[in-house]
Formats: sequence, C-alpha cells, structure tokens
Amino acid sequence: MPPHAGEPAESRTLAIMVDNEPGVLARVVGLFSARGYNIESLTVAETDKSAHTSRITVVTRGEPNIIDQIKSQLDRIVSVRNVIDVTRDPAGVQRELALVKVRSTGADRIEALRVSEIFRAKVIDTTLESFIFEMTGASDKVDAFIDLVRPIGLVEVSRTGVLSIHRGPELDRVSTADAAASA
Amino acid sequence: MTTTSNIAQIHPASEPASLVGIPMTGAEMVVRAMKDHGVDTLFGYPGGAVLPIYDALFSDEDVRHILVRHEQGAGHAAEGYARSTGKVGCALVTSGPGATNMVTPLADALLDSIPMVVITGQVATHLIGTDAFQECDTVGITRSCTKHNWLVSSVDELSAILHEAFYVARSGRPGPVVVDIPKDVQFATGMYLPPERSPKRSKRTVRHVDAARIAEAAELMATAQKPVFYTGGGVINAGPRASEALRALVRETGFPITSTLMGLGAFPAPDKQWLGMLGMHGSWESNHAMHDCDLMICVGARFDDRVTGRLDAFSPNSKKIHIDIDPSSINKNVRVDVPIIADAAEALEKLLVAWRNRAKKAKPPSIKAWWDQIEGWRKRKGFAYRPSHELIKPQYAIERLYELTRGKDVYITTEVGQHQMWAAQYFHFDKPNHWMSSGGLGTMGYGLPAALGVQAAHPDALVIDIAGEASVQMTMQEMSTAVQHRLPIKIFILNNEWMGMVRQWQQLLHGERYSHSYSHALPDFVKMAEAFGCVGIRAEKPDELDTKIVQMINEPGPVLFDCRVAKEENCFPMIPSGKPHNEMILADTFVGDEIDDDGKKLV
Ligand SMILES: Cc1ncc(C[n+]2csc(CCOP(=O)(O)OP(=O)(O)O)c2C)c(N)n1
Ligand SMILES: [Mg+2]
Repeated sequence: MPPHAGEPAESRTLAIMVDNEPGVLARVVGLFSARGYNIESLTVAETDKSAHTSRITVVTRGEPNIIDQIKSQLDRIVSVRNVIDVTRDPAGVQRELALVKVRSTGADRIEALRVSEIFRAKVIDTTLESFIFEMTGASDKVDAFIDLVRPIGLVEVSRTGVLSIHRGPELDRVSTADAAASA
Repeated sequence: MTTTSNIAQIHPASEPASLVGIPMTGAEMVVRAMKDHGVDTLFGYPGGAVLPIYDALFSDEDVRHILVRHEQGAGHAAEGYARSTGKVGCALVTSGPGATNMVTPLADALLDSIPMVVITGQVATHLIGTDAFQECDTVGITRSCTKHNWLVSSVDELSAILHEAFYVARSGRPGPVVVDIPKDVQFATGMYLPPERSPKRSKRTVRHVDAARIAEAAELMATAQKPVFYTGGGVINAGPRASEALRALVRETGFPITSTLMGLGAFPAPDKQWLGMLGMHGSWESNHAMHDCDLMICVGARFDDRVTGRLDAFSPNSKKIHIDIDPSSINKNVRVDVPIIADAAEALEKLLVAWRNRAKKAKPPSIKAWWDQIEGWRKRKGFAYRPSHELIKPQYAIERLYELTRGKDVYITTEVGQHQMWAAQYFHFDKPNHWMSSGGLGTMGYGLPAALGVQAAHPDALVIDIAGEASVQMTMQEMSTAVQHRLPIKIFILNNEWMGMVRQWQQLLHGERYSHSYSHALPDFVKMAEAFGCVGIRAEKPDELDTKIVQMINEPGPVLFDCRVAKEENCFPMIPSGKPHNEMILADTFVGDEIDDDGKKLV
C-alpha cells in the first residue's frame, strides 16, 4: 500500500526556490496539472536578481503521501533549487495580502470601518458609498475579515495568495530530497 | 532523520562567454560540443531551421551522421545507441514537424530513463511567437516529456547550455533533454568554452550512501528466511560495475533474483538463482516468490503497476529495501522499510561489504526451505506451451532464435505486443545492455529504429529486432536507412496477422469482440524487403525454421524475416488486471472468466 494512504488530506504551503529563467513557472505549474495535484494558491516573483532566484509559493492540498510525492517530484525539476515545506516548519511565517471592496451607506459604513480596525486593515480608497481595504495576515484571518464584511456589502476581493518566510536570521535551506529519504 | 547529504552548488548564470573561448558560429559549437562529449554517431534529419548545423557537419569527419526516414526513427535510434553503450544518444532535427515527430521518442526515453540529447532547430529569434513557417513551441510541447529543455536566446549562452544538456541527460536518473536553437543563433559567432571551463548552471547533487541504512539492509538480509532480489533498469543504467556488484551479492547471499522487463541481462539468465522476469507476463516462480517473500530487495526498479498487480495485495508479508537514485521513486506506489537513495553500483558494492562483515559475525539462517518452495513453483512450468508440428508456435520461434544465436554477440530490440513478452520470456540474456525494449511507454515502432542505433554502435554484432507485423509497419521505412548506412539489422517478425496483444485482451476482457485488431491488407513482407534492397525470408513450417534462421544470421546485409506463426496463441502466464500475484493464470488452466469488472477498467 502506498505510504500513509487513506490519511486525511491536509493543506500545505511549499516555498519553491527556482532559477529565474523563461518557462520555470510553466514547469512547476505543469507538474501539478500533469500529475493531478491541487493548487489552492500560487505566488511568484524574483527575489534575488543577482543570483537569478525566484520564489514560488504554492498552497496545495493532499494526503501526506501525495505531499511527499509533490515535494520530491518538484525536486526533480532541474530549475528547482530547493523546496521547503513551510507548514511543517515551526518557524515558518505565512502571510497574504487582500484588497477588499465594500459598498455601504449609513450605519453600515461605520460597521465596516469598525471591523477593519479590528483586523488592522487600511483604507486605501474611499467614496461616499464605498471603501477599499488593504489587509495582510494569515489566510484564515483574511477569510474571517471577508466573512465579516460580506453582509455589510462586499463587492469584490483581490488576494495575492500566500507568501512565506522562515523566522530567525538563517536562510531557508532544507532540501526535500533529504526529507523524502527519512522514513 | 536526514539520511543523505545534499550539496547543491549553484553558480551564477550570468558569466558572459569570456575572452578565453574559441570563436566559432553557433552551428559549429553544436558539432564541437558533441565531440567534446564523446558523440561519434548522430541520428538526424535536415530541414530549414537546422541547415547551418548541417553545413557544419558537411565537412566534419569525426561525427557519423545517420540519416533516418522519419524523425521518430532518429529518436529511437539514439535510444538504442544509448541503451546498448551506456553513452548519451544524440539526435538532430528541424523545427516544427521535425520537433513534433520527436515527441514520442522523448516520452519513451523519459519513462525508461534513457540519456539522450536532442537538438532541434527553431525559427529565427525575431520570428518566435509570430506563427512563422515551421514554427512550433518546442520547449512548450516537450516540457513534460523531457528531463529538461532549453530555448537558446543568444550564442553567448550556447556552449554552456550544450554542456549542461549532456550533464543533465546522463547524471542522476538519466533522461532526454532538448536544446532548441533558433536559426540566427546558429549563424551568429560567439566564444566556445570547452566543458571543463564552462560555467555550471544547474544544481549538482552529490549523494553519499547512508552507512546506517546499508547496515540495516544487511541485517535484514542476514535474518531473512524468504528473501528475493527484485531488480530493474536502474541497475543497467548504473553501468557494468552495478551488474558486477549485483552478481557478486546474489551469489554470495544465495538469494533468488528476478527482474523487470527493463532490467533483463543485469543478472545472467542461465544461472540457477535466476527466477525469470516478473510482472504481468512474468514467470510463475518469480511472481509467487514476490508474493510470498519476507524480504524484498528492490534495486533500480520502481514498483510499476505492471509489476505489482493489485497494490493492496502486493507482497503482503515482506519487509522492503529499496535502492534508487531518484527520491521520488521511493514510497511512490509502495511503502518501503529501508530506503537507500543512491546509485545502484555504489549501493550494491557497499551492501556487499556490509553483508560480508555481517555474515562473519553470525551465520545467516539457511534458506533451503525457501528454495524448496521455489522449486515447487518451478516444477509447475509456467512457460510450457502446447507444441505443434504443423504451425510455428511463436514461443518456439523465439526458443530457436535463442538457441541458434547462442555464443554470438547478440543484441535484441523489440516492438510492443505479445512478441515482446515472448521475447522477454524465451530469449535469455547474460549481459547488461543487450536487451532494448520500450517498457514504460510501450511504443510500437520502437524496435526497428532502435536496432539501427544499436547496430551503428556495434557494427560487428548480430542485432535482431523481434517484431510484430503490426508494430513493424509503424517505422518500417527505416529499412531504407539500414540499407543506406549498411546497418545489417535482422527484423524477425512474429507474424500472427493480429495485433495479438489487443486480440488477447479483447478475448479475455471484451467478450471475444475483435474490434479492429486484425491486420488486414498486410504487405508481402518478402517483396517489401526486396523493394527496400534488403533480403526477405519467409518461414511457414516448424521444420524449415532452423535452416531459415541460420540463413538470416549468415546474411551480411539487413534481413526482414516473415515468420508465420500460430495466429491465436495467447501470452501466458498472465496476472489478470486487478488481481494479486498469486492469482496468475496459466495457459492450461485458463477458462476465460478470470477478470472481473473492476479489472476491466485497468489497462
Ligand atoms: C504506438 C502504439 N499504438 C498502439 C499501441 C497499443 N498496442 C499495444 S500492443 C498492440 C498490438 C501489437 O501488434 P503486433 O505488433 O502485431 O504484435 P503482437 O501482439 O501481435 O505480437 C497495440 C495496438 C501501442 N502500444 N503503441
Ligand atoms: Mg501481430
């Protein structure tokens, strides 16, 4: 039987350090679609110009054996330098940015502002009948904020997807190949 | 626990071709890089987008170019060359249709881990993305059927990419790569840096075999009562050292050994410890041993569905040691107890030392009872078939081919179908790199061009493509290549007038409704051979078979042998889809209702 087969699926955040070269995102995304893995969110940007490094952060969902497979399959891609399972990392930090448009008048406007204060969301645009809030936080916080402003008059949401980094002074550097080798 | 040390050194990619290089055109760099990487033979087909490279080849005397008749042929020939030599196979094709015709061999080489560098021409840089004549998105199309690919954007990065391409193709788990070179880059002049001076761009992973895991494996081996070695193509890929270490380890332990289709030849088949190939059409004894063993030592194989049968019933009572160079193969389909991520040669050598040390300390238990059990399975004679005086049985044809070519330097390639399985069952190999078959992708049309590649690498060897009449029609135009380049391959067709393997499945799984599987309107193969300038031979009766096979062997040029065999023979033993190993069916117990509805959904 495949390892851990039947265990419940879980959500995991993977930080994938890649050579910043044409087509690299297609390689990573193509692997997910070709092997039938999920992508719940995806972000990518160059992070170190001089070293030609980009960081791709993927939130994926799967049973633990599938997650292990995803990590070692990613590691096979020549342009992938290393893969870090941020969820597994106690020192991993995850954040997301959301732009949230809310349309409301009268008392609802006050309520919208009150909720935004609780979540430390910033007002970045306002008209007589609407606000755009900018908020950052862990994904579940963003979800909670959106749920609270929905009845007030949520119009539209734009989210970046999850970004992640390792707490402390060191560089992220744990290879998935090593993780896969340990039973 | 971290068990391997992984040193990934990444060098900056930005170094321009410095002044120390040798000036030449991009096209010349391609030829030069091939030579620097030891390529003596190139399989290719010209076209507009590679003309500068063909120009550079025109006056070249070191690289032998073999002109094929279809780019797929070039790819499979390069695979055959690679698999029979252990070197990187190399092919050159034009843009657009040249590149798309190469997709099948790339996918084939990826699944079977064959090192191959394919150079494709591309339209000029300024035309890319304009739907120019013979433009296609080669790197896009081949991304998922290569280990890696590159679109070269400037002549300055060309030599580094070419060296990198050879490195990636042969390192770690080998595989195919594509370098797509726009025509203007081929014309442009730049500085060529030789491999040793070229900047390294991709990760270099150095793995050290984990001594603790080796010790753990040796301990399991020294206490097992029913052990079995299960080996695969990874042992062949790891080179002759791996096969030698395997032989030594198997002999010293006295354990039985079986192998996948891809691994045949790593251990000598005539040996008493050899159980035959395992899997869907594997031997009765090997599949039973896999099912009943208490320790499985898997080396360079990947627990493919053709091997495991029903996963939840696969070898239920065994501990499993898995040696593989690719971490993604570990725990993919089957959970293993002792994973060892390493090159097969290195791991086997270390395991041999560990076994010796362990066996000195305390004598391992006798496994005589296990061998007795295996002998019982052997007595069942799973490969027995009903002989005939009237008709040539396909199994008999392979047996005679094997007997009559013994002692010669024989290389066998195959197409895909029943004949492929019979070749694996009844032809026996005692050396690695002598058996070339499309295992993972199962590509009909592979065998004939692969034989060309093998013959090009081994001009004096006897190279035989064991073929089916349907498969051979997929790439038979390459007979012309054989004639042109004096590659005296022998194409031995087991002609049953059916897509036999399809017919067998329709008989077993689809109520004997033989939908579109009969080989209608077959060409007269003897005349066809003659039309190509080959020799055609036909055998129809068992009593003429030997003489004609000998005639084929003695023929100095390429031969097409039309061996008319019994038409409705099935390939047994067979593990029906969806069944565990110990529910194999045999020719003499077969009734027809062995496969249930769930099994029918599997391929
Ligand atoms: C390119 C390709 N198309 C289709 C198949 C499916 N297929 C597998 S075996 C087979 C029949 C092969 O017939 P033949 O070459 O006569 O061999 P036989 O089984 O009769 O020995 C077919 C169609 C395949 N493996 N490859
Ligand atoms: Mg046939």
